Order: sequence, then C-alpha cells, then structure tokens
Amino acid sequence: MASLELGQAIQGEALMDSYSRGNPSARRIKRVRWGRGTALFLAALYFIVPFYAAMQFCLQDVNGHFTLQTFTQIAQAPGFYSALWLSTQLAVATMAIVLILMVPTMIYVHLRMPRFRRVMEVITILPIVIPPIVLIVGVDGVTPLWLKSSQWLLALIYVVLAMPYVYRSLDAGLGAIDLKTLVEAARSLGSGWVSIIWRVLIPNLRSALLSASVLTLALVFGEFTIASLDGWTTIPVWIYLTPTTNPRINTLVAMMALLGTALVLMLIVSFDRKSHLRRS
Amino acid sequence: MLMDTQTIRSTMTDVSPRKTGAPVVLENLTRQFGTAKALDGFTLNIAPGEFVALLGPSGCGKTTALRVLAGFERPDIGRVTVDGHDVVHVPAQKRDMGMVFQSYSLFPNMSARDNVAFGLQLRHQRSAPRRARADELLDLVGLSEHTTKYPHQLSGGQQQRVALARALAIEPRVLLLDEPLSALDAKVRAELRDQIRALQQRLMITTVFVTHDQEEALSMADRVCVMSRGRAEQIATPAELYSKPSTEFVAQFVGISSRVAVERNGDSVGLFGREVKIRGDVPQGTESLDALLRPEDVDVIVAPTGLGIITHKSFLGATTRLEVGIAGASVKADILSSGADVFELGTRVDLVANARDVLVTASRPTI
Repeated sequence: MASLELGQAIQGEALMDSYSRGNPSARRIKRVRWGRGTALFLAALYFIVPFYAAMQFCLQDVNGHFTLQTFTQIAQAPGFYSALWLSTQLAVATMAIVLILMVPTMIYVHLRMPRFRRVMEVITILPIVIPPIVLIVGVDGVTPLWLKSSQWLLALIYVVLAMPYVYRSLDAGLGAIDLKTLVEAARSLGSGWVSIIWRVLIPNLRSALLSASVLTLALVFGEFTIASLDGWTTIPVWIYLTPTTNPRINTLVAMMALLGTALVLMLIVSFDRKSHLRRS
Repeated sequence: MLMDTQTIRSTMTDVSPRKTGAPVVLENLTRQFGTAKALDGFTLNIAPGEFVALLGPSGCGKTTALRVLAGFERPDIGRVTVDGHDVVHVPAQKRDMGMVFQSYSLFPNMSARDNVAFGLQLRHQRSAPRRARADELLDLVGLSEHTTKYPHQLSGGQQQRVALARALAIEPRVLLLDEPLSALDAKVRAELRDQIRALQQRLMITTVFVTHDQEEALSMADRVCVMSRGRAEQIATPAELYSKPSTEFVAQFVGISSRVAVERNGDSVGLFGREVKIRGDVPQGTESLDALLRPEDVDVIVAPTGLGIITHKSFLGATTRLEVGIAGASVKADILSSGADVFELGTRVDLVANARDVLVTASRPTI
C-alpha cells in the first residue's frame, strides 16, 4: 500500500516536472520568480552592506573588539539631548501643522475643486525644486522679527518642505475612498463638517495619515541645510558639529536616527494592520 | 436572508417613528451647470406619506432634483418647501432627511450597528437606547445577525439594507432614495424593492425615489414623475402613465410603443381597418400622423394572405413578443406564450387594433 502511494507520488512529481518543463507559461513564472528574488537580494545587499559596515565600525573598539562604549559616549556628549529634544519638538509640531492645514484643504479640493488638483500638485512640488538656500533666504526676507528668533519658524519651513510627501499620501488616501458619498451620507444624517472629518474621514484615511506622518518625521530628522543656516542645532546639525575626535559617535547617531525612523514606520504599519485585522 | 414583505408588516410594532410624512413642494426649480440646464422650471407637489418616483433617462435632471431637495445642490431659481417651510437656504445636515445612495455609502470604519446609530449619536441619544434602536432597525431589515459586521463583510444587498435602516433611524421627514437598487443583482433588487415599498407603506413616510428603471418606478411608486430635459413630462399614477401617456416622450420611454402611420377621420384615426378614437390633443398644423401603440393594443391573426409578416419573436415567459413588419412599420405585439407556436418567423399575419383610444403624434420625417 505504502509502495503504491510512493509510486503515485513519484509519478505525480514526474508529471509536474515534465509539465513545468514543457509548459512555456510555467517556465516563464519560474523565470520571473528568480528574477524577482535576485533583484530583491541585490537591493537588500545595497542597503544592508553599508549599514552593517557602519554598525560594525561603531560597535568595535580600536582593537576590533565588540563594545557598547559608543552608546555611553553619545549619552555623555554635550548637546545631544537638547538636539534630540529640538528635533522631536519640530517633528511633532510639523506633523500637527501640516496635517491640520492639508487634511481639510485636500478634502475641499477633492470635493469642490477637483480641477484644481493638478495645480495643487505642481505647487506642492515646488519645495523639492527650489534649493533650500533659496528658500531660507526668501523666508528670511518676509519673516517678522519676533518669529525669526523662534524655533517654530523652522517648523513652519518644514511644513512647506513636507507638503509634497503629505500631499501625495493624502491624495492617494482620498482617491481610495468614495469621498463625496461618505460626506453626503454623513451630512444627510445631520453631521457637521468637523464631525464628518473627525468621525468619518480621518478613520478612513488612517493609512494615508500615518504614511504622511512618517515621511514628515523622516524629513525633520534628516534635514540639515535649513536648520544649519537658521542656526538651530537639530540632530543632523549636531552630528555635523560634534568634534570628530570620535567619529563612531557621529556614525552611530546617524544610524540610530535611521533605525528609529524605520522602527516607528514598522510600529505604525503593524498597528494599522492589526487594527484592520481586528475589524475583519 | 431577506425578510419578506409580510414579515416586515408583522414586525413593525414599535419601530414606526412617525406615522405621516411631510408634504413637499418643488416649485419652478431651475439649476444650470455651465451651459447645461439640469433643471428647467421643474415643479412637483408631493402629498404627505406619498411615494413618488422620478423616472427618466440619464441627464434628465432627476438626480439634480433629488439633490436640491436633499440640500446638496442649491437651485438658481425656485423654491423647495417641506411641511410648508422654505428650506432652500437650510443646509443638508439640518433638513432632517434620510437618504440612501446609489453607491454603497456605509462608513467603512463602523460596524452595521454603529452605522445605523450614527445619526442618533449626532442627536445626542444615550448609548443604551441608541443601540437598542439600531438593533431594532437592523432586525426590521432582516439583518439582526449581522449587527457587528463591517461593510466589507456584507453583500451589496445587505449594505443597502443597512443604509436604509440608517436613513430611517433618524426618523426623517422625507426619505430620499437615489437609485439604491441599481448596483444589485436582479433577484436581490426585486426582493429589496418589495421590502422598501412595504416599509414605506407601513411608516407612511414621504418618499422620493430616483430611478431610470421603469419597472421599479411603476411597481413601487404611488405616482411617477417622468422627466425630460429638466422638466416634468407627466406626473401620474403608474397605471395612468402606462395606459394614457400624455406625450410622445412618455409613450416611448414608459413601456414599449410602436409607431404606425395613420389617417385622421375627425376625432378618430383609421388603424388596421378599424376606427380608433384619438386620445388627447392632435398636433396642430400636421398633415401626416403616427399612432403610438402598446404591444397589447393589437391582436395578431394568422392569415396566409395577410399584409404583415413576422420578423422577430422573443419569449418573455407568460407572454411572447412578436414583431410584425407591415406597411413599412414594425409593430410589436404581445401574445400568450401558450398560443405562440403557430407564429413562426416569416408567417403571414393580419393585425387588429383592440385599443379604445390611441395617442397620436406628428409623423417623423423619413430620412
């Protein structure tokens, strides 16, 4: 009996094998799979090798032994905590301002001025096209004195810089829902605009809002030029300004910023997926 | 599982919120989008508790009329009164009208129960009664086992029933239905159609139903308003609309009509060897006339020397539709399927008019 089953299995396998050998579409699928795997592997190498090299550099002493000493050195380095605090404050403020500005605007444009979407797309690309030096000089020329000395000016500039990313995330999110019908359904039930945005639209735009927030966070934690020109010591500026007697510190902070952003992104995505699964 | 009409009637005990609806008057509404006039002096009076269907082809203005009534569009000219109050400047969220949309409009982030309770929550109703009322309404539409499900877990028909329950939960003065059945398959559509009608009759809620499906309009509504080019062509009961269309457009749009050239003799016309009275007005200043015939207005008789010839035959169930080519016209006639065997394609036949009166219109110019 067992030998019969084994015989059938072998026969089946042989059939499958001959099928995949003889069938051009099966061969094509196999080729595509290999191609994908190779591309993914090469891309992973591109990211992992430098990251691994940098981490190895940070986590070993001059004799090549593994050590966590660099972490304690970072903690003791002057100005690190204040730079981290400033970057965090700016990130939170930028996220809040850009979302408060962009969410109602985008909803309005999608609902009432769909033709204006093209114009808005072009406008939001401008911060990418205009060099930061031009931007800061321009901003400096029109900023009132009381705001010039405030760190919140930097947050306002970051709002402009974050617009292209926030616009695209929200545009995709709004395009994925039947905005007009949802809004009209809520209105017919007696809902005002604040309630519509808060109770109906934001929960359905969560993924778009999360990706917009993560992109803004990454932008604020990575932006150097404007912060430096404006005289604020954010994390990237701190990395640059810290004396290079121990380059491991600078490298490790840069790696931590990268890892931190990736971690936040993963946490948000997994939270989003979990809550989606819970609802399903 | 869908509830049948009888079950709805028997379960409707405490759920009926308001026993009579509000009267609605749409008066001389005009609404223009760019150069296109969606509404052009549209007027309609709806009695309390009446079910009126707005029927017409795409672009005739029926949805615009409904949206003006709902408050989503503002008319350029005209008045909308509900219960005697002009509501043109009242925003949609304050009009107290429940609406069911063509596309599935449930809030994806809320369960069926939360969707139904949404309007009640906005009216600051407390949690326990709100929940109880939502469950009651979901039970009413046959979805008591699906209260915790989210829209993506419900079928199209179930979603529309939740939407109906949600619209009814707020005890609206007027219920607005914007082609709510058009996205559903034929079987579910027929069941939900009966269910909506039964609910409306039980609640006696003033209802405006937009559709381009004449079968839906004729089977559900107390009165049907046929619209064309932003105007009401005819407002009548379904039976009157079908049997006595007042214009050529209505005759062509509602039901099936065949056009046959006729000669006028005073107040009647000669039709297949019989004199048939003219219904309504005869177009002035026209020499040649056409009669518009329903398929049941003519009998078909097999006659080897007959002037007509059967060109097409379609089985429709209880009846069979024949198309007879006669004197340059193509006339549709319905006969009982049980006696349809004798009528084969190419059979020679005679036609006999059996209508008491007939709508007459000016002949179309031949190209």
